Amino acid sequence: MIPLLFAAFAAVLVVSSLLVILHRNPVTSALFLVLAFCSLAALYLLLGAEFVGMVQVIVYAGAIMVLFLFVIMYLNLGHDVEGGVQIALRRGLGWVVGAVLVAEGAMLLARGLALGPETPQSPPPPGGNTRAIGLLLYSRYLFPFEITSLVLLVAMVGAIVITRGRTTPAGPTRAAAPRAAAPPAAPAAGPPDTEPADVPAEEVHA
Amino acid sequence: MPALLANPDTQFVLWALIKIVVILFGLLGVVSYLTFAERKVAGHIQARTGPNRVGPFGLLQPIADVLKLFFKEEFIPAGANKVVFHIAPMLAVIPALVSFSVVPVGPNFTVTDLNVGLLLFLAMSSLGVYSITLAGWSSNNKYALLGGLRSSAQMISYELAMGLSTVGVLMLAGSLSLVDIVHAQQRYWFIVQQPLAFIIFLITAFAETNRAPFDLPEAEAELVAGFHTEYSSMKWGLFFLGEYANMITISSIAVTLFLGGWNGPWLPEPLKFLWYFAKLAALLFFFMWVRWTFPRLRYDQLMLLGWKVLLPLALLNVMVTAVGLWWAVGR
Repeated sequence: MIPLLFAAFAAVLVVSSLLVILHRNPVTSALFLVLAFCSLAALYLLLGAEFVGMVQVIVYAGAIMVLFLFVIMYLNLGHDVEGGVQIALRRGLGWVVGAVLVAEGAMLLARGLALGPETPQSPPPPGGNTRAIGLLLYSRYLFPFEITSLVLLVAMVGAIVITRGRTTPAGPTRAAAPRAAAPPAAPAAGPPDTEPADVPAEEVHA
Repeated sequence: MPALLANPDTQFVLWALIKIVVILFGLLGVVSYLTFAERKVAGHIQARTGPNRVGPFGLLQPIADVLKLFFKEEFIPAGANKVVFHIAPMLAVIPALVSFSVVPVGPNFTVTDLNVGLLLFLAMSSLGVYSITLAGWSSNNKYALLGGLRSSAQMISYELAMGLSTVGVLMLAGSLSLVDIVHAQQRYWFIVQQPLAFIIFLITAFAETNRAPFDLPEAEAELVAGFHTEYSSMKWGLFFLGEYANMITISSIAVTLFLGGWNGPWLPEPLKFLWYFAKLAALLFFFMWVRWTFPRLRYDQLMLLGWKVLLPLALLNVMVTAVGLWWAVGR
């Protein structure tokens, strides 16, 4: 039964991954990527890695792809916007890298390296592999784990700096100025609410 | 044929199918009467009687409603993306039904006891965003699109706080399996040790199910009907069903995590599931009560509450729980 399920999910994974790159509509491509992530999660489950499988769905399918879709819909991308030399260059590079990958795969298969598991299957630990992963993360792999979280923190700070930087150097724009400009403007005659609703820059998420 | 039936794989599949059918029909029946309950509760909160014409006390009203939905004309807008337009309503119902499969209803009644049951629930609730986002996008309608975009921002923001609010319970129970979590609450419920987490979980539950006061994706005063503006007939009905099924699932998870699941005094072991149903009913009533009592939040207030209040509080709760556990266990 397990090989049958594996074959089914692997087939869905391959077909949906192909459709991600072959389909013209960006939204449909993104949806096929979600399907690919979900079938990959199913493969993890079949391997007995239930924690990794669930996290795959939560993080990739549930969070990252939703943000992708959000951006695609927000920009209303109907088709590929790029053209000319750039896209041709990128396409050529893609073919080369793809050919190398296929050659590598073929070589591995030809030498019989990908047949069967290398390590004997061990029975799952009593607390499930969630506990095992947690223990390893906080003991043996603590340093790489902390480095990874630091890199993510840097990326987050970078994103915030980029979004704020756009409004501040251009002088007293709406987002940056109102607090500073409020005291002198208040006693002047005129309608009290000429200042547009001051939404600070940090309100804009996503 | 007997050989096939004796095969453990076949038996497993058959057994699972039977349990799934029982849960599925039970859930759908409860959903239809939940709509009736909601209308009755709303009526009495607003000093009306609610539906009382169809059958005794209006008890046949849900059947009439469903029949009406089936016989309505189905309409697909001209510029709609047809395939996605059909998929979106299905996605509204499926995640809620799937995550119900890990809920322990009684001492020996769960469809499956996964050792990552809670993660399955979080995964399914994160997939629930797609139905609304896709419905809004595929309708080719600006109000629907706005509703869809709002919902994706809202649900992503509140998912984080929801996930973090469950971490305290995980630390106390030491397991991700919902059955184990219920067993860990035999002496007292986790709401005693995790009151803050329970409040955060409830608030985020309202946001995740798009119920008032967080029903911005379908705010009728600004967006006509939000993401389901263009939907009619049973496709609209599926969104409706999805909302209530989600309510039941998320309330079941709240009962399991914080209110002790089927644990309770007096009743003998085989009847303990009645406790689960009583707690579930109380929470569902609370959902309705809140909907007909509080006004809708503004969009910026919603984001402020999610990111600047609930998320830091949930993190604080995780920290306090960790320190408390370390203090209690380490000594």
